[in-house]
Amino acid sequence: MNLRRDVFQAIADPTRRAILLLVATQSMTAGAIAANFDTARPTVSKHLQILTECELLRQEQNGREVHYHINAKNMKEVADFIEPFRKMWDDRFNKLESIMKNYKAKK
Amino acid sequence: MEPKTKVNAEDGKQDLVITREFDLPLELLFKAYEEAEIVEQWMGTKVLKLESKKHGSYQFETTDPKGNKHRFNGAIHEFIPNSRIIRTFEMENTPFGVQLEVYEFEQLTEDRSKLNMHVIYESVALRDQMLQLPFRQGINMAHNRIQEILIKLK
Repeated sequence: MNLRRDVFQAIADPTRRAILLLVATQSMTAGAIAANFDTARPTVSKHLQILTECELLRQEQNGREVHYHINAKNMKEVADFIEPFRKMWDDRFNKLESIMKNYKAKK
Repeated sequence: MEPKTKVNAEDGKQDLVITREFDLPLELLFKAYEEAEIVEQWMGTKVLKLESKKHGSYQFETTDPKGNKHRFNGAIHEFIPNSRIIRTFEMENTPFGVQLEVYEFEQLTEDRSKLNMHVIYESVALRDQMLQLPFRQGINMAHNRIQEILIKLK
């Protein structure tokens, strides 16, 4: 599987967004995160791996356990930095789409 | 739901890619870039000049809520109908430099099409500044609105 390791790919998936929301409130082990989902444990591990590779999560060794933390810096970038820019283009393109649909109808 | 418009801006790079799928046949999507009066409508700008051809040029003008006019211009390097536009883009009287834009138009089905917009900036710093522009404008607009409300309350 050739996954593109970028943050937008990462947050496009609903399970991964749910994981980010969970971990946002407190750092958790992979087991504790998986307990919140019906999904099979290896699937959750795969999601955690992608989120870690995109640096939205970071791992921290805590004795024998590994805790996942939110990487606040990158999350902020996703939320604040790009979103208004994306929204601006999305609004423009929505407008383009509706204008051209009318244009087609008029013809 | 996955957003229709995607922006891929990797850390530390001086370019970005905007992609969008449209519920429009390819010809109609391309027309929205080709014809001045249609560009005016969806970009919310006045088109002073738009020569949709190889080695043509364009100039747009927008008026902000305060009545200040801002001009944008560029040169068209390549213009292949229903396929590709390569052009430069510059905001006049700003320190943002010139950006190179490669537009690729693609037919998906008879009534669906896709736009891939690759934008290359002069530097990483300039790209990041451009990305932040709408965010700053959003904040400024919110501030202005608060000010207006406060003034009315006085």
